This record gives sequence, structure tokens and C-alpha cells, in this order.
Amino acid sequence: MDFEYQAMRSFADSWGLLFMTVTFIGAVLFALRPGGKASADEAARIPFKED
Amino acid sequence: MRNHVEAFGLAIATLAVFIAAAFAQDAGFQTHAWVLFFVLAIATLILLNRIEFGDSKMIPFKTNGGASGAATATAAASTAVAYQDDVVRYGVIATAFWGIVGFLVGVVAASQLAWPEFNLEPWFNFGRVRPLHTSAVIFAFGGNALITTSFYIVQRTTRARLWGGGLPWFVFWGYQLFIVLAATGYLLGITQSREYAEPEWYVDLWLTIVWVAYLAVFVGTLVKRKEPHIYVANWFFLSFIVTVAMLHVVNNLAVPVSLMGAKSYSAFSGVQDALTQWWYGHNAVGFFLTAGFLGMMYYFIPKQANRPVYSYRLSIIHFWALIFLYIWAGPHHLHYTALPDWAQTLGMVFSIMLWMPSWGGMINGLMTLSGAWDKLRTDPVLRMLVISVAFYGMSTFEGPMMSIKGVNALSHYTDWTIGHVHSGALGWNGMISFGALYFLTPRLWNRERLYSMRLVNWHFWLATLGIVLYAAVMWVSGITQGLMWREYGPDGYLVYSFAETVAAMHPYYVLRTLGGLLYLAGALIMGFNLYKTIRGDLREEAPMGGRSPSLQAAE
Repeated sequence: MDFEYQAMRSFADSWGLLFMTVTFIGAVLFALRPGGKASADEAARIPFKED
Repeated sequence: MRNHVEAFGLAIATLAVFIAAAFAQDAGFQTHAWVLFFVLAIATLILLNRIEFGDSKMIPFKTNGGASGAATATAAASTAVAYQDDVVRYGVIATAFWGIVGFLVGVVAASQLAWPEFNLEPWFNFGRVRPLHTSAVIFAFGGNALITTSFYIVQRTTRARLWGGGLPWFVFWGYQLFIVLAATGYLLGITQSREYAEPEWYVDLWLTIVWVAYLAVFVGTLVKRKEPHIYVANWFFLSFIVTVAMLHVVNNLAVPVSLMGAKSYSAFSGVQDALTQWWYGHNAVGFFLTAGFLGMMYYFIPKQANRPVYSYRLSIIHFWALIFLYIWAGPHHLHYTALPDWAQTLGMVFSIMLWMPSWGGMINGLMTLSGAWDKLRTDPVLRMLVISVAFYGMSTFEGPMMSIKGVNALSHYTDWTIGHVHSGALGWNGMISFGALYFLTPRLWNRERLYSMRLVNWHFWLATLGIVLYAAVMWVSGITQGLMWREYGPDGYLVYSFAETVAAMHPYYVLRTLGGLLYLAGALIMGFNLYKTIRGDLREEAPMGGRSPSLQAAE
């Protein structure tokens, strides 16, 4: 049990943390990509298309 | 020829519950089974009376312009997507109803703390009324607000009818049944004593079924959407539904003592159990009360202000920051406990990083009004939505601050926590739900406008004053309490006995009850206003902020 706990904890604070951080930064960069503004502005108008 | 299957199914369920009552292993389960039996029996009778043999039995909506108004409404409906709005209408009424009930129970619980005589043994003492209050406001009021608005918003932003035929109705009524079972269970003393998850195993199983149906309706609607892009409000709603499903299932893993008994034992023990509970408890705040309500914010504020959201890209970053950070923050509820120190620090660090989505979201909501701030003067509904975002910013600033270990050493277990929760719940969740109800009611019932904007203004000020009174009093009370608990004399002994700290809280508890009463009064005014709006009445009144500022002539 000790070993399992230690292995999972080590994985979590190394590769797991790296994966999460990189994915998050990737998501932010994708949102801020050049040319993303036009499609974002279009998406922001979705609530006004109907009703 | 509708409702036959439903009525038949309900009749079978009623019989099954009757048998369960007969074979019950403990008194609590038996009483609870009887409660369920009568609820189901009444529902069966109502359904049997409502079996329709023709499809033209709908009573047309009462519209202001008489027959011509109804005709235009029908014409408009035939060209657009036929939205499933009946269930949304029921949801609006249920949200307003459970809100008033929940606030009333809150005032009762506050009075019990101020005046212990209000503890009526055994059903209405504080230990049973308190979970009744928290569940009524979070799950009955907040949950109905979320289900209702998500059903409305997902249809409007995907331009598709709700998926699943009668399934949305199952979600709505199944959820009301969950509320009734949870509430009656608490009063009977049936509890698994997990914070915000007090219902016992059989009620948890029922909620799981309802929640999976909710997920199916929501995802099904997204799948058949006619709008290629999924609007960000739906991201927040979907993350709320999925995460709450996961939290609910894991936190409630338990083994019942008997299949015909109320008692169960958790699958976890010791500090693992504590961490599971607060992983659930904090993410109930994070995904139920934050992510889901942000879905409302990203729809209703742009709609009411009639301007697109300030920055759609910021809303995407807001979403991912919330998703990646919130799930780790739970351990801050277990500072200075048996939880490993690294886990406590982890919880604290992630809580502080939550300032990122907190301010991102607040800026995005408030800046949507940039260039249109004057609307706040004339539109009390928009004012309600905007103050909710202000409270979102304030309480999500306060929360990370309180998660810092040094601050937590003073604030934890004191009334400061209660004040913090209420500035978030009354200010953010309550106000945005009121704003949503005021937005939805005239539209859903085809009314020109609300019965009275002046009454919305009254509601706004009563609620705001109530929150300010409540939060300020709890700050004073909590810090007093925290300082008294840690006060050592020169001899190394504690200066105050616990009973002395309780006595010192009395004036604050009285004032807190007053704050709650103001908030409840505002909600009652809302109930009246919504009722009159649904009936189709319009109050003759001068418009809000009618005087336009005119230049004074030079003397």
C-alpha cells in the first residue's frame, strides 16, 4: 500500500502536474491564437441570433 | 392518449413502496416509505385525471392583446423552432417557490441560534433544520434555477428543441421528488451526516438516475444543435452536470446495512473520508454554485444589457482556469487536521490561484456593460444581475484569502465562514437567479413586461441590505469568536470558556436574523410580482429613472 501511494503521489506531482499545466497553457494559447478574435466575436453574438 | 405509461409506472412504484414500508427494518425508513407512498399515490391520481384523449386540450395563454395577441404568438412560434418551454415554465415557478421556502427555513434556523426556545424537539431542532435550510437553498432553489435556466439557454443558443421527448419532464419531477425525500428525511432524522450530501443511500441512488437523465437531455440537445459553435454558457452548464455527477457518485459510495433500512456506512474511513467529503463539498460550491451559475451569467447579462459579452476569449480562459484549478481546492477545509501537510498546502495554493478565474469572470461580466452603464439607472433587473457579479467577485476574493493557513487559523469554525458562504450564496447565486426569473417570466408567458419594475427595485434594495447586514455582522461575530477562542492568559490557560464565546455572539445572531428577514421579504415581493406577471396584470407606474438629466439654464 505504501508503495502504491508513493508511486501515485510521485506521478501526480511530476508527469501529472506537467501534463495538466501544458494542457491548460495550450488551451489558453489556443484561445488567444492570432485570428481567433473574429470567430470569438461571432460566437459572442450567438445569444442574439434568435428570440 | 398520453400519460398512460407514466400513470401505470407510478402505480407500480406506489405499490412497491407500500411493500417496502411493510418490510422496513427501522422506524425511520418505514416513515420515509410512507411519505414516499403518499407522494406517489397523489401523483398517480393526478396523472390518471390528466390522461388526455385529444391533443387540443391545451388552454391558450392569456395574452394582453386578446385574440390578436394570441394569433401573433402562434404565428411567431410556427416559423421558429418549437422550443420545449412548458418544463421551463414549471421550473420558474418551482425555483421561486423553493427559494421562498429555503429562505424561510434559514430565518427559522437563524432564530433558533439567537433564541434556543425555537428548537422544537425532535423534528424541528437546529440539527435537523440546518441541513433542511442548506439543501433547500442549494439544491431545491439553486438546483431548480440551474435546471430551468440550462433548459432555456441550451435551446436558445443551439436553436434546437430539448432532446428526449418526455425526458425533461422526468428530470423536473424526479428532481422535485428528490427534494421532497431529502427534506422529509432530514426532519425524520435520517442522515448520513456528510456536508451538503446528507440524504441516505436510497435517495442518492434516485438522484443519480435523475442526474444521468439530465445529462442525457443536455448532451442530446447539444448533439442535435443547429448552431455550429457551442456557446460558452453551455460549456459551463455541461461541466457543472458532469462534475456534479462524478462528485455525487464518489462521495456517496456506501454500503447499506439493509436494503429495507435507512442506515449505510461510507466506503471510506478516517482522513480519507474527510478528504472525500471536502473534495465533494468544495466542488459542490465550485461546480454547482459557481460553474453552473456562470452559465447563467454568460447568457442573461448579455441578453439583458443587449450587448455581447465583453470578451469571448476571456470567457474561454475563464472556463479553463476554473476547470483546471477548482477541483484541487477542497483540502483547504481541512487545515491543521490529520490530512498530510502537503495536501493542505496544495489546497491552499490552488485556492489562491482561483483568483485568476474569479477576477477574469467578474471583469468579463461587469465590462459587458462598458458604454451602457446608464442602463443600471433604469433597469433594476440588470442591476440585480450586475450586483450578483460584484458579489461573485467579492466572495471569490474572500474565499482564497480565507484558505491561507494563517488566516484560516483565525477564521475556521467561526461565523466568518458562515458570512463568507452567505455573501456568495445570497449575493451571487440568489441575485443572479432572481435576475434570471425576472428575465424569463415575461418571455415565457408572453407578457409585454413584468407586473412592476418598482417592486423589482424594492426587492433589489431589501435583498442587498439584507446581505450587507448579514455579512458585516458575521465578520464581526466570526473574528470576535476566533480571537476569544485563541486568547491565552499569562498563566498559559485559555481566558474564555466556550459558553462565554457563545453568549458573546447573541447580539450578532439577532442582527443576522434581521438580515435574513430582509432578504426573505424581498423574495416574497418577487413571488407576488411573478404571480401578477403570470396572471397578465400590468401595474400602472412611472418608469424607473424617468427624469432625464437636463441642463440647467445659466443664470
